[in-house]
Amino acid sequence: MPILEVTNITKQFGGLTANSNVSMTVEEDSITAVIGPNGAGKTTFFNMITGVYQPTSGEIKLNNESIVGLKPDMVAKKGISRTFQNIRLFDEMSVIENVLVGMHSHLKANLLSILLDFPVTKKEEIEAEKEAYRLLEYFGLSSLLNEKACNLSYGAQRKLEIARALATKPKLILLDEPAAGMNPKETKELTEIIRQMGKEFHTSVLLIEHDMKLVMGISEHIIVLDHGEKIAEGNPDEIRSNQKVIEAYLGSAAVN
Amino acid sequence: MKEKLSAFKLHKTPQLILFVAFVIVTSLALYFSQKSVISFLLLLSSLLFLYYMNLKNRTKWMIGLILLFILIPFASSGGPAFQSYMEVATMVGIYVSMALGLNIVVGMAGLLDMGFIAFFAVGAYAYSIFATPQASNFMPFGHYPLDGNSFWAFLIIGAIAAAITGVLIGVPVLRVKGDYLAIVTLGFGEIIRIVFNNSDSPINFTGGAMGIASVAHPKIFGYELSFPNQFYFVTLVILLFTLFAVLRLERSKLGRSWKAIRENEIAAQAMGIPLVKTKLMAFALGASFSGMMGVVFAAKQQFIDPTSFTLMESFTILVMVVLGGMGSVPGVILGAAVVTILNLQVLTELTNWVNQLNLSGVVSIPDALSPAKMQKFIFGALLIIFALYKTNGLIPAKNRVFDEKKLASDKSNSKDNDPKGNPMTTLKDKDSKEQTKIYS
Repeated sequence: MPILEVTNITKQFGGLTANSNVSMTVEEDSITAVIGPNGAGKTTFFNMITGVYQPTSGEIKLNNESIVGLKPDMVAKKGISRTFQNIRLFDEMSVIENVLVGMHSHLKANLLSILLDFPVTKKEEIEAEKEAYRLLEYFGLSSLLNEKACNLSYGAQRKLEIARALATKPKLILLDEPAAGMNPKETKELTEIIRQMGKEFHTSVLLIEHDMKLVMGISEHIIVLDHGEKIAEGNPDEIRSNQKVIEAYLGSAAVN
Repeated sequence: MKEKLSAFKLHKTPQLILFVAFVIVTSLALYFSQKSVISFLLLLSSLLFLYYMNLKNRTKWMIGLILLFILIPFASSGGPAFQSYMEVATMVGIYVSMALGLNIVVGMAGLLDMGFIAFFAVGAYAYSIFATPQASNFMPFGHYPLDGNSFWAFLIIGAIAAAITGVLIGVPVLRVKGDYLAIVTLGFGEIIRIVFNNSDSPINFTGGAMGIASVAHPKIFGYELSFPNQFYFVTLVILLFTLFAVLRLERSKLGRSWKAIRENEIAAQAMGIPLVKTKLMAFALGASFSGMMGVVFAAKQQFIDPTSFTLMESFTILVMVVLGGMGSVPGVILGAAVVTILNLQVLTELTNWVNQLNLSGVVSIPDALSPAKMQKFIFGALLIIFALYKTNGLIPAKNRVFDEKKLASDKSNSKDNDPKGNPMTTLKDKDSKEQTKIYS
């Protein structure tokens, strides 16, 4: 059963068509990748799913429920979480606080319960802190918990962003170029994290990535965009041998 | 020397002995002198030393409360200047509370609000209108002025009125960001003052530029509070309430979402934080602390008019927050105390001293150079110095430090969930084989 169903979405910025009639599905507990040359409309596509942009036309359904027209925070509450192409952490906050912010929508505390310091709120807060710590442990960041996010190394910041996204307990997590700027060793480690976390946290993964080794290695399904249109889709083997994809993106070198 | 100092920082006993000695000496000096601003300031500064001492938080709070509730009022009661000390201390309390409110908006949520005094005005006018005959101009029922017992209810009404004003201003204003937000709030701050200034015809709500005089003093159990030393305690209790609220908010889900919005709006929203609602909450809460103190201010001054709520006042509170350290609760308290004392006591004392020198003919300093007139210059200079050399303020904001041991206490559980240990390392070899296969 598909967790995300995108049907014929189109996005126009004035005269520029960033996405036209793109359809796709993400199966539950699967890893799906969106690839394509720069400017193909991949990030716009992500931004429409997460509610940052509203599609000009088309339908997006999460678990058979339309999420078109919802604000990003509501989309996050429905169960879609994301990371950003250019890292967007809460720089001045500590590592663990970054993850705690991710838990925002699962905490029931309200103004009154905070001001009066209800025992329920206290307990909930402690539970959340422990859970955040466990997430950090999973990503190997637990020793840095009190460090400011901006002081982390690039690779650690990427990981923290994924940890924060997972803290929202998403049904679907969108990773926008998670391996950008990483060295081969870090990329390899990240590949393993992405492969594992789907199972560990019961979440489907949709990712944009230029690193073909990573994409071909972990995705079960690949969608190729070019000039805002879907030119191919299929499993890694099909994509690798697709003539259109080779011309538009991979180049003939990748095949040989 | 440095080693000795760092050793001293760790030892409790010598610290405590020195602290007690300091407090005793300054208290005695204050008690027995006719008027000694220096010993009063030194006694107040003992609270700052207390903050830096290596003691448990609970002990610090206990000592601090004893100082504030007993020692400071008692020690300053010795001389004829008692009421003027208490007046200064009350004003410090009022400004600290307002600065804490503004700190929520500017420091935590990162929304630069330059019209913050408007909320203070709303609180002050709310009480003044109903605690004088003014209300009978437009209220169809009830007898006005309300008597001083209503003060306590108005603390809450003032807070709510300010919070509502905060939301009403916030809804249109929060569409813009950064510098634009500063300009728009500045405008709204002025608009509110001018509305109060002009609401004297056709129906006289606020007394216009004439202001409202003889506002009722608060009453408690039939006893009227009219002296600064009585207001000191009222202010102190409200301030402590504000402080507890702010400290709790800071460590809560709400405080975190404010900071998240300050750091990165887009990411905060992607984490499920509703931007408008959270920002409005910051506006409303910050405003309510200010509104509450507005009620105290009106009751204490007994007279308010629009000139008490000018742009300069908004800037003063902003200076307190920036000087103390944006987002840092202890910093903002210190900043507010320093600025208020500088304004009300140090500058006036210096002016008196200069005047005396002038009169006795020792020196001749022109009136234009008298310290009381240098207030803006001194603020400006202080801000420039801080912007250049101490960007984060007197006490920079610190993130809460989480205790790793406490969080890891049920580590055994998490290990059970993950019997393979670290999955990232165990699967590496398999992965690399797969990948070489793909690319071969």
